[in-house]
Amino acid sequence: MLDIEGLTSHYGRIQALDGVDLTVGEGELVALVGANGAGKTTLLRCVSGVQPVTGGRVLFEGKDITRASPHTRVALGIAQVPEGRQMFGPLSVEDNLRLGAVRRKGPKVADDLERMYERFPILKEKRRQPAGTLSGGQQQMLAICRALMSHPRLLLLDEPSMGLAPLLVREIFDTVARLKEQRTTLLLVEQNAHAALGIADRGYVLETGRMVLTDTGPRLLSNDRVKEAYLGL
Amino acid sequence: MPPVLVELLQFLFSGLASGAIYALVALGFALIYNASHIINFAQGEFVMLGGMVTWVLLSQGIDLPLAILGAVAVTMVAGLALEKLAIERARDANVVTLIIITVGAGIFLRGLTSVTLGKDLHALPAFSGNAPIDIAGATLMPQSLWILGVTAAIVVALHVFFHYTVVGKAILAASHNPLAARLVGINVNVVLLLSFGLSALLGAVAGILIAPITATHFEVGIMLGLKGFAAAILGGLGSGPGAIVGGLLLGVIESLGAGYISSDYKDAIAFVVILGVLFLMPRGLFGKRGTERV
Ligand SMILES: Nc1ncnc2c1ncn2[C@@H]1O[C@H](COP(=O)(O)OP(=O)(O)O)[C@@H](O)[C@H]1O
Ligand SMILES: [Mg+2]
Repeated sequence: MLDIEGLTSHYGRIQALDGVDLTVGEGELVALVGANGAGKTTLLRCVSGVQPVTGGRVLFEGKDITRASPHTRVALGIAQVPEGRQMFGPLSVEDNLRLGAVRRKGPKVADDLERMYERFPILKEKRRQPAGTLSGGQQQMLAICRALMSHPRLLLLDEPSMGLAPLLVREIFDTVARLKEQRTTLLLVEQNAHAALGIADRGYVLETGRMVLTDTGPRLLSNDRVKEAYLGL
Repeated sequence: MPPVLVELLQFLFSGLASGAIYALVALGFALIYNASHIINFAQGEFVMLGGMVTWVLLSQGIDLPLAILGAVAVTMVAGLALEKLAIERARDANVVTLIIITVGAGIFLRGLTSVTLGKDLHALPAFSGNAPIDIAGATLMPQSLWILGVTAAIVVALHVFFHYTVVGKAILAASHNPLAARLVGINVNVVLLLSFGLSALLGAVAGILIAPITATHFEVGIMLGLKGFAAAILGGLGSGPGAIVGGLLLGVIESLGAGYISSDYKDAIAFVVILGVLFLMPRGLFGKRGTERV
């Protein structure tokens, strides 16, 4: 479904990605792990079209989208839950959700809202409050729901468990697992390599802009190099 | 009423009328600033175009309502063209460069107007005559009522637009968090285009409303643009309510200053306000404070 070929990206003269290859098949949950600064966020930003690509290609369902605008990609079915949640802080919880559906039309939006509220009742309770007043965990749930409002075929998640208490981390991973059961295709970026590789079909390891390892989730978990560098074993 | 109070009321009337004009111009600054952090120094030229194009259409024998519509349309086209042809193409440049582009665009619009429409001063007819209305001994011109009424209607319309429509909320979202806006699929180029179009509309309306009182001329935009900018700074750059309060306050301060001190100082007051606000409270009255929890 997603094919990344030889992807290169720069911030000015600093090279953040150097010839990265990655594929995500339909219905797959793929984890991308790597240390801070490895280029994981940059990779997701390239897939969403908010970061200039300096080389290589991004294909979505066989179609070259390397130069497509971000809103075109959302319409095609790519949504992202960005690092740091990126709320529309002063706007209400409900407005944040509705804006997640800007690329979709029709009355179905109200049904989707109801479904989100059913899954996370706290969002319903706080739906008139500014999103910026929610706790970190609630904001993360809202960020995920906002992305789901676009009915993505491919969901990109950038460190959704970052900075959350263990109980909330569990809830996030449960949510990700449930999305996988519902056949949403997922690319999950995590520094919490253990949890991410534990639920992933396949995993990739990124080091300073280069892809150094790829294998199935379980095999990466037992890989010595991964154990040493990312699992602290 | 004692004459002192009548006099005060008179100053307040004229201050609120010009203040409403400054508020409209300030709202134009706020819209574009929020969408892009650009301070659009061509904002005053939208005001000028509104008045000048209305005059030229009237002089061709077109009725006032139609002339007004035509002038608003022409000004909006100028605003959209400025964004499409100059700002959007230089979008990756830094904000200072973009601001300089607006300064250049302002000079261009002024030059173009003086070449095509001339350098004369033109008065527009008042919309509903010049018979003064007596209120508690003070007089209010019908045109001032038009200014206050239209401004109030626009403020209500903007409120509805930004709080109850998806497009309005998308513009707010893009100004609060451009990255998140792009990730949910908001086309930020369209947002920028809309804000230039809307700012041009506000400027044109301001220019048309004030032209029967102060007359219009290819250079009126310089001073009205600066006053609108002062009002925006006073209210807090980027704040809608701030622009309105800042505009009305500046108009009243100016009118009281001109009335009680000397009308020689009228125009200087706006500059004193800009400097005072920048030194004493750089965020203005309604400036943004961080409310986001991280
Ligand atoms: N806005 C930026 N400007 C300059 N360099 C950046 C910027 N964002 C990231 N980088 C650099 O790009 C590299 C990859 O960063 P990032 O993709 O954020 O890594 P990760 O998400 O894996 O922590 C890092 O070396 C980082 O310093
Ligand atoms: Mg990151």
